[in-house]
Amino acid sequence: MRAENTIANKIDWLVIVTYFVLVLLGWLNIYAAVYDEELNKSIFDLSLNSGKQLIWIGTSILIIIVIMTVDFRFYDSFAYIVYGIVAFLLIFVLFAGTKVSGATSWFSIAGFRMQPSEFAKFATALALAKYMSKVNYKLTNFNDLIITGCIILFPAVLIIVQGDTGTALVFGAFVIVMYREGLNPAVLVIGIVAIALFILTLIFDQMHLIIAILVVGAIIILLGKKKWKRILTIIAGVIIVIGVVWSVDYFVNEVLKPHQQNRIKALINPEADPLGYGWNVTQSKIAIGSGGLLGKGFLQGTQTKFDFVPEQSTDFIFCTLGEEQGWAGTTIVIMLFVFFMVRIVQIAERQKETFARVYGYSVASILFIHFLVNIGMTIGLFPVIGIPLPLFSYGGSSLWAFTILIFILLKIDAHRMQVLVR
Amino acid sequence: MDNNRKYIVQFAIILVGLIYCIKLFQIQYLDDTYGPAAEDNILRKIRDYSYRGVIYDRQGNLLVHNDPVFDLMVIPKEAVVKDTTLFCSLLNISKEDFILRMNSARKYDIYQPSVFLKMLSMKDFARFEDFLVDYPGFYPQVRSLRGYYHHSLANALGYVGEISKRMLDQDTTGTYKQGDYIGISGLELEYEKELKGQNGVKYKMVNVRGVEKGAFKEGKRDTLSVAGANLTSSIDLELQQYGEWLMEGLSGGVVALDPKSGEVLSIISSPSYDPGYLSGRLFSENFAELTIDTLKPLFNRAIMSVYPPGSTFKPLQALIALQEGVLTPDEQVFCSGGLVGDHAPAGYYDVFKAIKMSSNNYFYIVFRRIINQNLSDNTFIDSRLGLEKWDSYLHKFGLGQTVGIDIPNEKGGQIPSPELYNRIYGEDRWKWSTINSISIGQGEISISPLQMANYVSAIANKGYFYTPHVIREIGNTGKPRPEYLEKHLVGIDSVHFRTVIDAMEAVVNAPGGTGFRAAVPGIKVCGKTGTSQNPHGEDHSVFIAFAPKDDPKIAISVYVQNAGQGARAAASIAGLMMEKYLTGEIKKVYIEDYVKKGQFIY
Repeated sequence: MRAENTIANKIDWLVIVTYFVLVLLGWLNIYAAVYDEELNKSIFDLSLNSGKQLIWIGTSILIIIVIMTVDFRFYDSFAYIVYGIVAFLLIFVLFAGTKVSGATSWFSIAGFRMQPSEFAKFATALALAKYMSKVNYKLTNFNDLIITGCIILFPAVLIIVQGDTGTALVFGAFVIVMYREGLNPAVLVIGIVAIALFILTLIFDQMHLIIAILVVGAIIILLGKKKWKRILTIIAGVIIVIGVVWSVDYFVNEVLKPHQQNRIKALINPEADPLGYGWNVTQSKIAIGSGGLLGKGFLQGTQTKFDFVPEQSTDFIFCTLGEEQGWAGTTIVIMLFVFFMVRIVQIAERQKETFARVYGYSVASILFIHFLVNIGMTIGLFPVIGIPLPLFSYGGSSLWAFTILIFILLKIDAHRMQVLVR
Repeated sequence: MDNNRKYIVQFAIILVGLIYCIKLFQIQYLDDTYGPAAEDNILRKIRDYSYRGVIYDRQGNLLVHNDPVFDLMVIPKEAVVKDTTLFCSLLNISKEDFILRMNSARKYDIYQPSVFLKMLSMKDFARFEDFLVDYPGFYPQVRSLRGYYHHSLANALGYVGEISKRMLDQDTTGTYKQGDYIGISGLELEYEKELKGQNGVKYKMVNVRGVEKGAFKEGKRDTLSVAGANLTSSIDLELQQYGEWLMEGLSGGVVALDPKSGEVLSIISSPSYDPGYLSGRLFSENFAELTIDTLKPLFNRAIMSVYPPGSTFKPLQALIALQEGVLTPDEQVFCSGGLVGDHAPAGYYDVFKAIKMSSNNYFYIVFRRIINQNLSDNTFIDSRLGLEKWDSYLHKFGLGQTVGIDIPNEKGGQIPSPELYNRIYGEDRWKWSTINSISIGQGEISISPLQMANYVSAIANKGYFYTPHVIREIGNTGKPRPEYLEKHLVGIDSVHFRTVIDAMEAVVNAPGGTGFRAAVPGIKVCGKTGTSQNPHGEDHSVFIAFAPKDDPKIAISVYVQNAGQGARAAASIAGLMMEKYLTGEIKKVYIEDYVKKGQFIY
């Protein structure tokens, strides 16, 4: 039947509805975050972030329409070109960009600011999907692994150079994609151990930690079989671990800038200096915690309204939600996000093509990292890393980038029956 | 491809969501410290200072009122002072002081107001006010300070000051905050609870920079301040001022009571200070100055200095002996004059004559009769039993203990007890002859002017007194504290007073009476002189009196240090004050001149 061929029939409406619900909730919370009782401006007021966000939402709908009309094969075919253009912009911004809070990652054009690093996410996703869908691609193949790594790391390094470590961290999301595509889980385990070591290094004194590692190594040697090969492997492992501890210590104290050091310190113990580096986390937790079960009510949040929480319409938008809508609100939003991401994973899984599947996983992973880090930092489970809550936080570049990211997947998904399995 | 992995990824996403929901449940629902923390962030408590009650005298004159003063506040962030020199000269401060004050304000909080200059008087502030607009970031905050339209009664009124750190720590009720004023001495301290009223609190919301953002919850939690109760005292300001004027240049205390009610008409401690001296910006400096003054103007002699009563004690000894039945009014007792040095000649004495002539030998004999009533064959035990009886009478007269006036730090003086003599001489190793100096009010006996006035009141009332008190009405209750409405009987039948009172009248009015200077034309005054022996210098001059004899309206005790015989300084001042109170004018101007001349030793 003809009707079956229309895009409206094949597109995944669950994702679209969830997308718009999240965008709408985000918009309301942005208004709540910037609302000032004395001025009493409307949510549509263009001088407010909420008014501007409405423009970004409007233009996002235009972007959706464009994505839906463009041929679905375009993304596959032009993946590298898109990646190339974004890479160029990432370099170009280093020279022509504007510095905003320490990061040279913005273009200023006619009063609007654009952040190419936001778009690097979907460009990298496209390029990665394109590369991993090539014939005979195997993650166990060393060359393939190196090139995959380069595709991911190249934009990430450029973004670090811009001074925006937070956004660069998001590229870690692609590890999840690689895991799904067959990466040795040992790599993940090593990664998690490294992170654990990293945190332990920050908490404990270096000497004590090294002694503890040596003791643990000795116990493992004594408990297992006394074979030379095994003992040597363990000794090598212990040396590597100590090396990691030493380098983390060096990295944190010598390489990181003071504000970055403070963010990490605040994670470990925000109460140590509530007015200094722990301010953000302390105030954010107070905002969310004071919301209680049902919240203070829309526009009634005092923490956010009186500027106690920093970056309240962007990175700390979750505080506004937590304070005004309480646990009920935060739980509903978390459930919406979880549903959204799981649904995208399922969409990715139903693709016949590797390109589409990898791309789908990239979308889910990028959303997941943002979700994990952004909400985690507002409740003190993650260091303060300036990345937005997808679809929720104020910001044109971010909303546009996520819209593009998600709707390219939906477009491809809508046409999944049309592709031939290679 | 490992098919489990798609489930692991989905599971990881759900797990993170779950962990976050649980963590959020913990901080949003289980942990209840965040709610108060959020309120602490935005709430600024603004104290609405209560209006401290004022104090009136018995005619309705204001003894203490409130004067507005201005605390000059500064918000360092907004403060702009272009012309520091002019600014400093307007406020009468030095440039160094200006810098010091600005720095300490900045150190406190750059966004928050703090006190720049405390307690500017209306006059000082008026000079600055016209220029206020030129100095953004500065604004006045009105508070009130104690003010006085007179210069009297400082020690009784006491003073108010900023609450100290120590007092704040001791305040368990939490009613006081740093910077609050509190009564520190005198009536201000005694009636602090009544005078204070209740401070109110206004809750204002502020943003992170401390800028006000309106009332919290539409002011539902705000409380209004409640004004403190006004007090009406029984002080007669005119009499008080007159008495203080008489006492100028002299050291001592005067207490005048209305014997019918125990109300204090006048309570004088000399030398004193101007009560206004301890109110205002110079409090600390002035207080320090008064503290080191060798004349001790802060020492309330009327209730705190105790001394042997001397012969003023004799009417009391007579009353005890009569009540005990060891003496009858008409009994003629022969005094050879050999027991003790005496102004009165040898011969036969009865109660009337003995008091009138102030016979020391007579009261030696009378006291022996009180002490040795032959209750035991052992003279030591007999003396002890006698002294115990005697003691109990004195306590009923309010001696040897504080009488309980509503001014703090009253001293109780000393009445020798058997325990005291046991300590001095050993258990039962003393008898009448050891202790006989107390029979004429010398030795181990000390009494304050307030106790003396109370004792003479009891004589005036023929056997009872009401505890002396300064405040006759709290608020609009029409009543003083309930304990001041309680009648205290002294345990001596009224019949015994007649002879004693007649004799006291003779002291003042009979020819050759020692208290002649206390006479008031047309009024029967009853009195008794006393000379309190002082090993350190000239004797203290003492006089007690009440008048009129048949309807006592005033009972008075006067104590002048180092002024010799009671007949001179003390009797003159007592007489003048009674004349002033009872007749409203002074006819005996020559006595007034005599007092103001101040030559009492001759």
